[in-house]
Amino acid sequence: MPNALHNTIARPVIEVRKLNLWYGDFRALKDVSAAFRENMITAIIGPSGCGKSTLLRTFNRMNDLVEGVRTSGSIMVDGVNIIGSDADLIDLRKKVGMVFQRPNPFPLSVSENILFGLKIHGLVSERNELDAIVEKSLRAVLLWDDLKDRLSKSALSLSLEQKQKLCIARLIAVKPEVLLMDEPCSTLDPQATARIEELMRELKRDYTIIIVTHNMQQAARVSDEAGFMLLGEMVEFGATAQVFTAPRDKRTEDYITGRYG
Amino acid sequence: MQRHFDDQLKDLHQEILKMGVMAQEAIFRSIEALKSRDKAQAEEVIANDRKIDGIENAIDEQCIDLIARNQPMAGDLRFIATALKINADLERIADLAVDICQRVLELVEKPLLKPLIDIPQLSAIAQKMVKDSIDAFVSRDSGLAKKVMLADSEADQLRDRVQSELINDYMAKDATTVDRAVALLLIARYLERICDHATNIAEDVVYMVEGKIVKHHSDDL
Repeated sequence: MPNALHNTIARPVIEVRKLNLWYGDFRALKDVSAAFRENMITAIIGPSGCGKSTLLRTFNRMNDLVEGVRTSGSIMVDGVNIIGSDADLIDLRKKVGMVFQRPNPFPLSVSENILFGLKIHGLVSERNELDAIVEKSLRAVLLWDDLKDRLSKSALSLSLEQKQKLCIARLIAVKPEVLLMDEPCSTLDPQATARIEELMRELKRDYTIIIVTHNMQQAARVSDEAGFMLLGEMVEFGATAQVFTAPRDKRTEDYITGRYG
Repeated sequence: MQRHFDDQLKDLHQEILKMGVMAQEAIFRSIEALKSRDKAQAEEVIANDRKIDGIENAIDEQCIDLIARNQPMAGDLRFIATALKINADLERIADLAVDICQRVLELVEKPLLKPLIDIPQLSAIAQKMVKDSIDAFVSRDSGLAKKVMLADSEADQLRDRVQSELINDYMAKDATTVDRAVALLLIARYLERICDHATNIAEDVVYMVEGKIVKHHSDDL
């Protein structure tokens, strides 16, 4: 099928095996296994509290910030298990960046936002090189033409859509491999959402994208592969076309047809 | 904004066009095989039908996938719904060309019953109707689609003439002609069915372009 350009041999960038996660006594992830493949958009869907955001946050160890979190199993990123205590978190978070639900630019200028990651990762270069990085990052998120004359303006003055794109540009500046997106469009209107989705399709040429969304239609539109989670379990994982036209599990069918709950 | 979805719709458009070309070619070659009593050609058309069946399935899948993943609305929805239906009509048209070829394989084993006049003419009408219906789809031309719908009665009349000639001038007079006359009569019937499918396609095109269902209401055109 021409629209399902499915590279079945694309290598997994993130491979999760038998992952369990507890918040205190609460088991939020139950034996989750899944492979997230290179240059694909993978969507994780499921009802609130199913564990999808928790799973996403394990990919750059953001759950470490929550007290009482325990994990078991493995998450291989580029062949290295990031669950172990010897994982280099600075390196991991450069490699695996996160875009959040509410755009969260720093109260700094547009350029400073983009260069912030480079500075904290100690990647600061020559002045003219920095300008090139700002331009390249903004071009990658289709913001350059809008913002090229406002680089020194505060990022807080931008529209929500521009802020969200700026947050993506900020990640791209440090050359990550994986972009994690947690409900990246939930504060945007349908037009802005459509533009972010087109942007995601552009970005997947260079990056691997994992998106968590409540918006099933968005997952159906934008992803190549999709996983359905329920009560901490990965119920089903496969090609998006298959998951949305012929799911294998009755629970997936019930959820995507709106019969669940 | 250029949508990724638009590219996918373009792909679907191309696939339907490809299917249309293959169906037209199947009719053309089946009649060539009949006229020149060419067994090899008839067998080729029959063998080629598998490819057409494969494309039909792929287009069906493509349409279902587009609906499930893009929640199409308005013109996009009508286009995909129409593509699904046209796809089925084109596949049936190709099947009817296969049926013609099977009759050709029977006929070439026996002496020629009569020179062919009306059947080639009927086939010309069928081919034109199929071509025009596909052209109407491609160019979103509901005017051309309506012309196709009006041409159908001509095909019906021609089929009736072939039928009465074969029954009265051959079967009724000479029992040894019955098998060959029946084969020709069936071929006329297949061609007339092809015209019916072209009419269906044309009706679907009118729906796609105008959003109006004209099926079973051709008197109101």
